[in-house]
Amino acid sequence: MTGDPGIVIVGASLAGLRGAEALREGGYDGPLTLVGDEPYRPYDRPPLSKHVLAGELPPEATALPQQRPLRAHWRLGQPATALDRTRKAIRLGDGSEVPYTKLLIATGARARPWPGEGAHLAGVFTIRGRDDAAALRLALARPPKHVLVIGAGLIGCEAASCCRDLGVPVTLADPNPTPLARVLGTLVGGTIVECLRRADVAYRAGTKVRALMGEGGHVAGAHLHDGGLIETDCVIVALGAVRDTEWLAQGGLRADAGGLTCDAACRALTRAGDPDPDIGAAGDVARWPNPLYGGREMTVEHWGNAVEQAAHAARSLLRPDDPRPYRHLPAFWSSQFGINIKAVGLAEGADAVAIVQGDRAAQRYLAVYGRSGRSIAAVSFDQARWLPSYADRIAEGAAFPPILDATDQGRVEILAPGFPPARPGPAADERMREMAHV
Amino acid sequence: MSEDALFAEVLDPANRADPYPIYARLRRTPVSRQRDGAYVVSTHAAIRSLLFDPRLSSEDLPPSRRPRTGNPLTDWVLNPIKNRVANAHRPLIFRDPPAHDTLRGFVMNEFTIARVNGLHGRVGALVDTLIEQCRGRDTVCLVDDLSYPLPVAVICELLGVPEADEPQFHAWATQLATALEPDARRDDEARRVTVTTFDAIAAYMRRLIREKRRHPGDDMLSGLARPGRAGAPAMGDVDLIATAVLLLVAGHETTVNLITNGMLTLLRHPHELDRLKADPERAPRLIEELLRYEPPVHFRTRKALGAIEIAGTTIPKGAPVILLFASGNRDPERFADPDRFDPDRADNQHFGFGGGLHYCVGAPLARIEAEIALVTLCRRLVRPTLLDDPPPYRAGASLRGPSNLGIRIAGIA
Repeated sequence: MTGDPGIVIVGASLAGLRGAEALREGGYDGPLTLVGDEPYRPYDRPPLSKHVLAGELPPEATALPQQRPLRAHWRLGQPATALDRTRKAIRLGDGSEVPYTKLLIATGARARPWPGEGAHLAGVFTIRGRDDAAALRLALARPPKHVLVIGAGLIGCEAASCCRDLGVPVTLADPNPTPLARVLGTLVGGTIVECLRRADVAYRAGTKVRALMGEGGHVAGAHLHDGGLIETDCVIVALGAVRDTEWLAQGGLRADAGGLTCDAACRALTRAGDPDPDIGAAGDVARWPNPLYGGREMTVEHWGNAVEQAAHAARSLLRPDDPRPYRHLPAFWSSQFGINIKAVGLAEGADAVAIVQGDRAAQRYLAVYGRSGRSIAAVSFDQARWLPSYADRIAEGAAFPPILDATDQGRVEILAPGFPPARPGPAADERMREMAHV
Repeated sequence: MSEDALFAEVLDPANRADPYPIYARLRRTPVSRQRDGAYVVSTHAAIRSLLFDPRLSSEDLPPSRRPRTGNPLTDWVLNPIKNRVANAHRPLIFRDPPAHDTLRGFVMNEFTIARVNGLHGRVGALVDTLIEQCRGRDTVCLVDDLSYPLPVAVICELLGVPEADEPQFHAWATQLATALEPDARRDDEARRVTVTTFDAIAAYMRRLIREKRRHPGDDMLSGLARPGRAGAPAMGDVDLIATAVLLLVAGHETTVNLITNGMLTLLRHPHELDRLKADPERAPRLIEELLRYEPPVHFRTRKALGAIEIAGTTIPKGAPVILLFASGNRDPERFADPDRFDPDRADNQHFGFGGGLHYCVGAPLARIEAEIALVTLCRRLVRPTLLDDPPPYRAGASLRGPSNLGIRIAGIA
């Protein structure tokens, strides 16, 4: 190979695509290569656990639109297996090498597999990629007699919601008193419990699954830690994600199971702690010190971060002379049980929550989280239109509660958010990232 | 001119034809306090932020007040009740959540895309008929000949209002539209006239709704008046009347400006007129640029429920707030070369239909009407030229548009 190998992007999902677009947008005119382990062009993941499971959208219809011509060379269907920074090349699964001048790492994460017995039984599913969703969709269309969803995080709740829309009986098992307990606290999580009750989902709070057992190679039931048994012929494992960093192990970068550590400008840090100006990172895999949180290192596995961080990392690669810190207010949305949930900020660690607009009993409200008298996060149930106002207040660290004298505001009560006690082990951002646990 | 009198300049009829230089001066202070205590918001960013600010209320109308009649029963019993009812059942543009959302939900259930798209053929036929009526003349008076009668016929048909009754509420609609102008609110006499007009139009609607319940059609009013199915709530009668009046007035007083401003702008930019004539596919983008460049509604008012700190200014609790949409549309911080009419503009996020939770309910309908009217006018008017530039304007500074637009033509194609 002769000449400039150009910029290589590893990871052909949302962050990879938006990173490529940002490079072109930023004036980069050289060769551009996108490497992806799946055989597909970039596609959108949020619909997988919603419309695709429901059968409203075929999996292939999730392809992401390209917003500008990329003139890119695509290396799809091959995972990156190693990084060699001294020779400035990556190795792919088929043994071939791809040299780079600059590298954007956007390998993301994969579904945390079932860690116990029975992971390889037929009828046990995770939801992360297109193929996962397609396989689960086939199973749901059959339909199964009884679905067990393990983990009441965002994906678990959305999957349970879809099953009920399809008329399939569902049990949702989670160790916490309410779904989304670690993300939103049990007070707000109580709203989801109401939704589950209305939708006739059996929510098994305080439940840990010990092992899955099979009959003839197909899952038939789940043994619980307390000795109980749930009969099921379809299990959806929704235990969060693990980051794809194994291929970086020999690369001399600060990469571990928690992500690839970057500087504030989203450039990968070497073991020595200096940024490699030729390697940027974005999306689920990138751990960076977020100036909005006093430089606390975090990874944010949400759609909006993939888009914004990819653009930021691309800029850092193109403008090594002018690195700028990436300030990001995390945000996510979910649709389940006919309700649109949107949130901004990181609620975990809040010591107070206030219902500032709407009506909690009607499951239509906006709640703000406070910590030490400051507003740190907000969540809305079918009230998303006001959220940007609260996001601005949260980004500027406004007092708690941030907005009084609002429309549709009753008496504002300060309540306890009800976060489960912190578990020993992973750092705080790790915990907030894991939406569900066994 | 001092800054705190600039909005008075906007209201001055002398500036109706070209308020944009005043808007440019207002934008130097994105949120500018006026002498009367109102705050004018004129930049795109500040308007956008306030549209989504929960402290801004649309319930800013002064309490309804009926004139004294001298009859004690009327003055001390009936009218106070009527006033209270009117205050509690404003139409949805003057309501906040949650009431607003419930009312809007009822309207949106009827104002469906299918219903609006179903009007395509009818709008086309109406436009052709109205243009055909100009055959043999060398001048078209656009407002009287097309811009006004078209949306009126369409809204009547949509709602199910007999067209024969139209002349009657032409006057009502004009009167109620002027009530939206800030001047009218300050003037006691104007407010009394508004109340009387509303009572008249409400009595008409009450009769019509009764009629629709007896003989339901497939029109919107029949749909809105239908009792809720399977335990679902239905709109109360007073809200139903207020909603019907709102839709009727909005249908009378806004699209007329979009069509007239559209033709005026095209005649001022003949190159764009020729391009639209040659390629009607350009229409959707052109309409969006029109909504930015010459919007039918220039501003709407709100009230601050609490103190709002924005763009270096603190709007105090209770202050009137004027969202100057037409100025946000010309903000150079948001739109490159904002005073240029450019249908090829990318990322055209204008406030032509307002924004936030009060975003125009009738937007899809207005787009269809404007598109069909402008494309057909370009195709069928032979060598059109403006008679007067600027044309005479209607009184309103908010609902702003020419009172007439004389166009010389060499025939009808």
